[in-house]
Amino acid sequence: MAEGIKNKVAIIGMGCTKFGELWDKGAQDLMVDAFKEVIEDAGIEKKDIQAAWFGTHFEEHSVGKGATPLATTLKLPFLPVTRVENFCATGSEALRGACYAVAAGAYDIALALGVEKLKDTGYGGLPGGASIMGTTARLIAPNMTAPGSFAMMATRYFAQYGLSPEEGKNMLAKVSSKSHHNGALNPKAHLRREVSVEQILNAPIIAWPLGLFDCCGVSDGSAAAIVTRADMAKKFRTDPVYVKALQIAVSSGEELMYNTWDGSHVETTTRAAAKAYEEAAIKNPREEVSMAEVHDCFSITEAVTMEDMQFSPRGRVKEDIDAGRFNLDGEQPIQTDGGLKCFGHPIGASGLRMMYEMYKQLQGKAGERQVKNPKFGVTHNLGGFPAQNVISMFIVGL
Amino acid sequence: MAGITSYGAYIPRYRIDHNTIFSAVGFLGTFPSPGEKAVANWDEDTLSVAVAAAIDCLNGMEREKVDGLYFGTTTQPYMLRQNSAIIAAALDLQSNVRTADFVGSAKSGTGALLAAFDAVKGGDASNVLVCTSDCRAGKPGGSQEHLYGDGAAALLLGNDGVIATLEGSYSVSYDFPDRWKSSGEKFEHAWEDRFIRDSGFSRIIPEAISGLLNKYNLTIQDFAKVAYPCLYPREHAGIAKRLGADPSQIQESMLATVGDTGSASPLMMLVAALEDAKPGDKILVASFGNGSDALFCQVTDGIAKVGHRHGIKNNLAYKKELTSYERYLAFRNLAPMEMGMRGEEGAATPMSTLFRERKMVLALCGSKCKRCGTPQYPPQRVCVNPDCGAIDEMEEYRFSDKKGTLFTYTGDNLAASIDPPAMYGFIDFEGGGRSWFDLTDCDLDSVKVGLPVEMSFRRRYVDEVRGVHGYSWKATPARP
Repeated sequence: MAEGIKNKVAIIGMGCTKFGELWDKGAQDLMVDAFKEVIEDAGIEKKDIQAAWFGTHFEEHSVGKGATPLATTLKLPFLPVTRVENFCATGSEALRGACYAVAAGAYDIALALGVEKLKDTGYGGLPGGASIMGTTARLIAPNMTAPGSFAMMATRYFAQYGLSPEEGKNMLAKVSSKSHHNGALNPKAHLRREVSVEQILNAPIIAWPLGLFDCCGVSDGSAAAIVTRADMAKKFRTDPVYVKALQIAVSSGEELMYNTWDGSHVETTTRAAAKAYEEAAIKNPREEVSMAEVHDCFSITEAVTMEDMQFSPRGRVKEDIDAGRFNLDGEQPIQTDGGLKCFGHPIGASGLRMMYEMYKQLQGKAGERQVKNPKFGVTHNLGGFPAQNVISMFIVGL
Repeated sequence: MAGITSYGAYIPRYRIDHNTIFSAVGFLGTFPSPGEKAVANWDEDTLSVAVAAAIDCLNGMEREKVDGLYFGTTTQPYMLRQNSAIIAAALDLQSNVRTADFVGSAKSGTGALLAAFDAVKGGDASNVLVCTSDCRAGKPGGSQEHLYGDGAAALLLGNDGVIATLEGSYSVSYDFPDRWKSSGEKFEHAWEDRFIRDSGFSRIIPEAISGLLNKYNLTIQDFAKVAYPCLYPREHAGIAKRLGADPSQIQESMLATVGDTGSASPLMMLVAALEDAKPGDKILVASFGNGSDALFCQVTDGIAKVGHRHGIKNNLAYKKELTSYERYLAFRNLAPMEMGMRGEEGAATPMSTLFRERKMVLALCGSKCKRCGTPQYPPQRVCVNPDCGAIDEMEEYRFSDKKGTLFTYTGDNLAASIDPPAMYGFIDFEGGGRSWFDLTDCDLDSVKVGLPVEMSFRRRYVDEVRGVHGYSWKATPARP
């Protein structure tokens, strides 16, 4: 009988660079910056690391393929290094690899590091579109961008739950405005100013019905974690953070090609969340999960994720958004660090950046953004498109 | 007896008023006659409009019985790579089909028709589809710019179910150098209009028609309709007079509604005539271009059995005015447009992939599970139905002729497009199957969830560096 990962792995150190349009830093600089912080935080030296997992997505725009960029940049001494890529879940995938290796007993101490240098493409938004799905998709798929693919979920959500475009956009504006409030308090965030609902509603449309502030930033950044066996964790620090659940779910093709998906939820998140709660023995996520960093690549993504994660009933997230449930001072704060909205989304780094915030919150080191007595924190990545994607989800706690 | 068994036509949705062109570049040319012309959308070209006309023609017909496809044009996208073979692939015709391109003259359309007639009459072929189309661009400010319109016609020829018997033809050929274009040139050159009018239209068309009348011992009064092109409205009427025809016999040339569609023009007029024809009517058609082909047909009782066609009438009525001359220039790639660095990205077309996946890409074929009946696109080997999952129990399933509804959509301003916002969405097909497609011939304000849609073969991109014209299927609002 599979035992799952609960309480087998602890995070004993984390590092995260400032995110932003870092014209003066390359991917290698960012990797070194994140690495310096993570080993200092863990109180270890490079020689203590036994294996490493490296996450980066658009390698053609920055470091190139394979695991060598991490090893040669950090001068890792002929260690087993694995490069992983799994769309926007890439950073979480690096951490997942490190966690399972430690849980399996193969290593005592492992490094996970993710990086992405997006601002060397020469244009806004993510590269790719349909081309990231391979050569045949390039011949038939629509001329699609990330905002457009998620905008279609907003169109669908509004239609399914009878929201007028004004009502729907107003709901989404509150999602973004809340995150901007949190990001303004975070020195590591890329976008650090408050944005009002009115400003959000008046912003130019990127992909109808999503406007500029419904979209997360595009940034450079890196983040890293050191994990160890749970039974060794207290040797390194008094407040290690334990992995309570770790799930990923990948689309089967059903959402895109079969006629049953309603287009206004994410099936993979729904499934991964149910499994994660079971693994962590969480019965009532709405009450028991203290806080979460979810994949708010777009405001609509965060909104439906609240339902997919059982924080809000289906079709009724608007009530919780209107009530301020997910605000920093609400009952279940979401995106306490500002989220992708304010950090931007350097793909390989994002999952680890989210974990950085949950880790600091659980240790009581989140400063002005500190959530009161958090018990469980959740991170969630959605890679790909609402109709065809990879979901990763971590639950962590003390 | 051999003849026409079905017809179809296509006129692009956009029309631009001659005055819109004149107000932009009128300082360069003469004041145009009143009217408008049909403009292919930015994702349409000679092949895509030909496919649209062919689909109209094949509506309700057994396309698996088509054993020939002849294509007439002067603006074929490819000099090497048979254009008719691309059309046949888009139409999902059987592979044992004879395809041929007829190019180089505005009489290419009638040339294709006569060759098809010979093949069917001689028994070499049973059902030959004739497609003809042109999308000719005139230089900004020149008279060709407002005279030339975009359009297509298609006729199916066979021996069974004939709606108009093809009775005979008479052709003349002259190296008449009214207009010419060398390989690789974007625009035509033309000699003086008065020469084209006096030595061309007014001599050559009457010569061909008179030759036809003499050959078959007929008079002009024997015809319900006489159709021929002419760039000059006054001369168009003058030719009728010289032939001794009553103005009511003359088929309207569409010069002021569609524009001169080159090789497609005579057959588009024939389709228009067939739409109004009664059994027993004789229709005479003549083309013009380095001579003329004149031919005639006689309508049978079968004409009443033709199913719904967009034809000329419905296509003429389905339109949207293109009010901006600048957008017209952008659509026709006549002005270099800033597409951003995102628009400059683009990998080579993988030709071996394209050939291997030709049914999926060009014919919009997916698969249908023989066990559970679920249609799916793109084609799958493992059934997508989670309660089925059968492996390798698929049969081919064509989506191009299936209607659908819009499940969701967006208008994307970030995607590189010559006509932003880029529209795309999910289509749920009648009978099952779902996928995402670009949307075209629509505007963000005019679409909504649940909109009825149909599929349209479109030019996806032109890779000028590598000389590739790429095609795929998009969804459009269902035409009435």
